[in-house]
Amino acid sequence: MYEFNYRKVDSVAAAVEAMQQAEDGKFVAGGQTMLPTMKHRLASPSDLIDLGGVAELTGISVENENLIVGAMTTHAAVAASAEVQQAIPALARLAGNIGDPAVRNRGTLGGSIANHDPAADYPAAVIALGATVQTSKRAIPAEEFFTGMFETALKDDEIVTSVSFPLPEAAAYMKFENPASRYAIVGVFVAKTGGEVRVGVTGATACAHRGFRLEAALGGELDAGGIDAVELPVEQMNSDIHASAEYRAHLVKVMTKRAVEACQ
Amino acid sequence: MNENGIGASVRRKEDQRFLIGKGNYTDDINVAGQTHAVFVRSPHAHAEIKGIDCSGALAAPGVVAVLTGDDLAADGIGPLICGVTVTSDDGEPHRAPAHPALAQGKVNYVGDHVAIVIAETRAQARDAAELVDVDYNVLPAVIDTGSAADSGQQQIHEVAPDNVCYNWPFGDKDGVEAAFAGAHKVSKLDLVNNRMVTNPMEPRAALGEYNPGTDEITLHLTTQNPHVHRLVLSAFNQLAPEHKLRVVGPDVGGGFGAKIFVYAEELVVGWACRKIKRPVKWNGDRTEAFLADAHGRDHVSTAEMAMDENGKFLAMRVQTQANLGAYLSTFSTMVPSYLYAFLLAGQYSTPLIYSEVKAVFTNTAPVDACRGAGRPEATYLVERLVDICAADMGLDPAEIRRRNFIPVDAFPYQTPVVQCYDSGDYPAALDKAMELADYSGFSARAEEAKSRGKLRGIGLSSYVEACGIAPSAAVGQLGAGVGLWESAQVRFNPTGNVQVFTGTHSHGQGHETTFAQLVCDQLGVPIENIEVIHGDTAKTQFGMGTYGSRSLAVGGVAIARACDKLIAKGKKIAAHALEAAEGDIEFADGNFSVAGTDKAMNIAEVAFTAYVPHSYPEGVEPGFDENAFFDPTNFSFPAGTHICEVEVDPDTGVVEVVKYSAVDDFGRLINPMIVEGQVHGGIAHGVGQALLEGCSYDSEGQLITASYMDYAMPRADNLPSFDIDYAPTNPPDNPLGVKGCGEAGAIGAPPAVINAISNALGVRHIDMPATPETVWRAAQQAAAVSA
Repeated sequence: MYEFNYRKVDSVAAAVEAMQQAEDGKFVAGGQTMLPTMKHRLASPSDLIDLGGVAELTGISVENENLIVGAMTTHAAVAASAEVQQAIPALARLAGNIGDPAVRNRGTLGGSIANHDPAADYPAAVIALGATVQTSKRAIPAEEFFTGMFETALKDDEIVTSVSFPLPEAAAYMKFENPASRYAIVGVFVAKTGGEVRVGVTGATACAHRGFRLEAALGGELDAGGIDAVELPVEQMNSDIHASAEYRAHLVKVMTKRAVEACQ
Repeated sequence: MNENGIGASVRRKEDQRFLIGKGNYTDDINVAGQTHAVFVRSPHAHAEIKGIDCSGALAAPGVVAVLTGDDLAADGIGPLICGVTVTSDDGEPHRAPAHPALAQGKVNYVGDHVAIVIAETRAQARDAAELVDVDYNVLPAVIDTGSAADSGQQQIHEVAPDNVCYNWPFGDKDGVEAAFAGAHKVSKLDLVNNRMVTNPMEPRAALGEYNPGTDEITLHLTTQNPHVHRLVLSAFNQLAPEHKLRVVGPDVGGGFGAKIFVYAEELVVGWACRKIKRPVKWNGDRTEAFLADAHGRDHVSTAEMAMDENGKFLAMRVQTQANLGAYLSTFSTMVPSYLYAFLLAGQYSTPLIYSEVKAVFTNTAPVDACRGAGRPEATYLVERLVDICAADMGLDPAEIRRRNFIPVDAFPYQTPVVQCYDSGDYPAALDKAMELADYSGFSARAEEAKSRGKLRGIGLSSYVEACGIAPSAAVGQLGAGVGLWESAQVRFNPTGNVQVFTGTHSHGQGHETTFAQLVCDQLGVPIENIEVIHGDTAKTQFGMGTYGSRSLAVGGVAIARACDKLIAKGKKIAAHALEAAEGDIEFADGNFSVAGTDKAMNIAEVAFTAYVPHSYPEGVEPGFDENAFFDPTNFSFPAGTHICEVEVDPDTGVVEVVKYSAVDDFGRLINPMIVEGQVHGGIAHGVGQALLEGCSYDSEGQLITASYMDYAMPRADNLPSFDIDYAPTNPPDNPLGVKGCGEAGAIGAPPAVINAISNALGVRHIDMPATPETVWRAAQQAAAVSA
């Protein structure tokens, strides 16, 4: 780890100010990606601005048919939340299967989506549930939030404050785990909300995305009968020692079918 | 039975300190004035070094020294050695390129040691290490095992044309050819034994201290064999004379073989602490463990079996290309030769066996022993081939094994490949394993699985392995530079408690308990009064350390022999005290008694008498403290049958191990709980190799699997609850009747898993690791063929 300045702040406004003053600052939420990256000397921010003390960023509530999760809410808190379990049980289960207990007790929803690891779980849910990402500046629809591998619509001094999930009629997440890291080789979140069925896909490509071809095959119904016939663009799939592009494309369909079945 | 003696599942004495965080590992030890070292490592797999500029690093804050290969050479230190000579087919010794502890003009794998940077803090050393400017001329790299010796390949070492270390033909080639020519059927299989990173939980570390007052170096190391380290560092690497070098292997957090070897970092730290006259600490990180610990396995083979019309094995022929990596690690050459080809008979009476092993150099980390070392490779090859033979003959895998087993009445059994198996009852283990696994109920379970869309398969593995390598005369004839006996000292203190000094070592196997049980059983001393001491050349007599499942089979016998001597001496002392003839003294349950009387004396009283010899037999030395050295007459040969049952999800290729049954012959068990733990860990290791662990370099020699993000280790949810039982025999060559158990699971499991997957998919073969994609593709192909 290289030397850096550590800044602890107690409000979003103070965090933004600290960032604006920093030469090359980074916000740190749970630090479950940031700190290992720094430890391996792959990142060297001048300032680390710790959001851990910002009380306004935590909390879970249901308001106007929306589940609102504060950005600094840990995966463990989401998994254990009675409100989440009742409102969107698939989201509670997703959170309960991220990483390991240490990761779940430190890692946060806001940190996960702001980092946008292409194999992270949350982005699939955010997209499929048609969530809105609230930041220190604005509200960003899920589909516009994730822009590329480790890239989002966030500005440098913009902080995710909460995510608002419209309550679905049915939802399920199916994750095919990397046997080593347990990240998603492919993760598919299927949700039926307001009569519409959406598919969020993570792990398969450089960027979490809506599975429009899969949604078209489902035609607004929770019936996976047409999924096998879908042709996915293999050339856009990730490929590594754990899964080739062709295998990933296949897994997207298998996980979609299983998620649809689990919705029923 | 003594309640804490042989056969009792005594809770591990050492766990008290481990469970409360009071273990004493090398990294726990810090000394006054200590500096911290970081190694500059090659980022290239193969490159010439045109120059090293240390000036930036030397000027960095806190830096004490930056030392390179030139400094090492100037002081006449090293190079690292390989301790076993294998003679190549041209009659010459294996090709042994120089292995400098810090690179001299060339680097040969990613992670190769280039310089050591020593600073006041570890962070300062790390920062400065980035400022060491090495000018590399990058050369093409040789990575792939199978093609490393092909013509036109880049040459790695001048002394090794075609990148060949040795060609080693072994066995009756003409006899095998003739048998194949006349065979009813020949079965053939090409297979790969995947490369593994050994992955002990504790990364390697070293702490060197130099005392100018005594001119003595003390090295704390993560070692499985402190005396071997001292011997090699002293006699071959010129670090210091043996009597001026103390090597301590304190608590060691796992080794699985990777901590047997003498590594560059250990030698360099020892040398550097004297050079800078300050203690030097190096604590390797996990990335360094992946890059620079010796790896394991990495064979590419073709195996063939000639059979008669009844499926009886007539002859076996094996060709293997084995990757030894960039340099020869300490015992590397013997792994794909003596520890491999000598096990190719397996449990079978195959009369003729011929093998050719070509050991090659590549631009990858050195490859050496990893849990099982050669024997897992041999067992995997034999047990996969036997399943292919069964398929080709239309026989059940159990039946073809039964037809070819070495008969029970043939022991001791001389195989055609040097080894003489001590004892075994292979059909008994197979029968028991089949019962434990409910083999006959498999087809019903497979049907039920099919109704859930799963493909269920069952696989057998009937393995034999050789542990407790011995006798010394034999290993000497084979080219080893050491003997393979073991030592013990059993010392009573005047107050009657006992210190047991063993020349072997424990890096987590529970020897402090098992050995205490041996002494408790034999001498009748309460187990809480017995302390087992190991791992410090200043405390214990010379010993050979722990590897090859030898500690009990060899080291345990040495302890028993020392106890025998104490009993013999105790009889003289007791006879004098009890006013009886020595011949009338009997010893049992800790008491010396006069036969036929109630006159008796406890061994603690005898010990006290020996140290306070006011009334003492004439001609008997005071003291109650005996040494013994044991050189076995033979290896010991654990064996057994493991049966694995899997369910494959054909849509994803995910393999679930749903049932695993193991029946092993380890001879007599001293602590069944510890043995069971060793079996569990061994099976997990073997399942890991079969399903998960694949060390992978890219074509330029960068290690892709350099962290746990990409290198998959077995975890609890990859494994079922194991069903374990034993079918012991009594090995006549071992005075305690014991065989080793530490490696058996890692040896037996891989073929059982792959046989089960092949069975589930209905395919002839699938290479390890059987990852989901590999299995999915095989399932697709199998479905296409049967459609």
